[in-house]
Amino acid sequence: MDQLPAVARVFAYLSLLTIGGGMAAFPEMKNLVVDVHHWLTFPQLIHIYSVGQLAPGPNMMMVAALGERISGLPGAFVAAAAFFIPTGILTFVVGLIWDKLAKWPWRTSIQLGLAPVAVGLAVAGTISLGKGAIQDWITAALALIVFFATLKTKINPALLILGGAVVGAVALRV
Amino acid sequence: MSDAVAADKTPAKPAGPVSLMKIFSVFLTIGATSFGGGVVAYLRNSLVRENAWLDDTEFLELMSISNTLPGLNATNMSILAGNRLRGWAGAVAAMLGMCLPGFAFMTAAGILYGARGDNPLVTAALKGVAAAAVGLIAATWYQLGRKSIRDYFDAFVILIAVLGIVEFKLSVPIVLLGVGAIGIFHHRPGGTKSHPIAEGKWISSLQ
Repeated sequence: MDQLPAVARVFAYLSLLTIGGGMAAFPEMKNLVVDVHHWLTFPQLIHIYSVGQLAPGPNMMMVAALGERISGLPGAFVAAAAFFIPTGILTFVVGLIWDKLAKWPWRTSIQLGLAPVAVGLAVAGTISLGKGAIQDWITAALALIVFFATLKTKINPALLILGGAVVGAVALRV
Repeated sequence: MSDAVAADKTPAKPAGPVSLMKIFSVFLTIGATSFGGGVVAYLRNSLVRENAWLDDTEFLELMSISNTLPGLNATNMSILAGNRLRGWAGAVAAMLGMCLPGFAFMTAAGILYGARGDNPLVTAALKGVAAAAVGLIAATWYQLGRKSIRDYFDAFVILIAVLGIVEFKLSVPIVLLGVGAIGIFHHRPGGTKSHPIAEGKWISSLQ
């Protein structure tokens, strides 16, 4: 319970980093959740983040599972609210004034300038996740197969993730 | 996929204001069925095609706002579309509908993980899930990256951002502000050259 204010602070802060998608915030999430606050281990964070890819809706709703692990049900509510409400209000306000910003020449500059940064942050986040998740040739092969299956086929990604669970259960037992 | 959607005839816009309950239920349906990412495709299908609440131009405009701001596309788009339909109450109804199913799913996942997460079979399955997730996320960003690199400068910015975090262990906000400032300055008004932003490409490639 006494962790709730810290949970609110951490997840509200992380939400501000999600330019272009949730992956951008992953390295900072690892830093705060694992190294600074010691709420979870890195493997636990990777497990929950990955299961989050299975959930419908916003793909960062895994913050609710993190909150639940840290402080139970109140933690789930606080983490989700802190992660989604501040950026939601910002989006609402910018949406209201967007048409006025159309004449502001820096609007296009910001859009063009941030797009590659968002890609770079996401690639860095993926590398950070990969360093934790790829441990041997089986996990490396699994990641490669899913990578090419996603690019080359129309298969629903949720099925690929479930396939990963089956392969893991069969081949990765210690 | 986006071509198939665009080629379809869009139905006529509804005459009167849309009820909040209807907004909530439409977004709840998207929030509960959009398994495997790709929420943007689900949103476009529902908002543009099935309900004709927005046309394609409006949808692209909202996407370009959504992409520039922090926050996820799923929730940002819900707020922007809900606001167009019924003001702030519409935005709240859309956001709640979008978030509730995933929230219930992930809270349950957290509880189950606490109860069974150290079971060897579960741990092994989760290792497989994590490896598959890396492949999936890498594929998504490979597609998006290919489409959003317009010139050597963009490629340079991506490289600097990656090296800054992975090699030099800089924090995300420092890279975001520092490299972002360089990118924005490069595309400053009246600067060397400015390209029209490829919004359509963002849409079809984004999750």
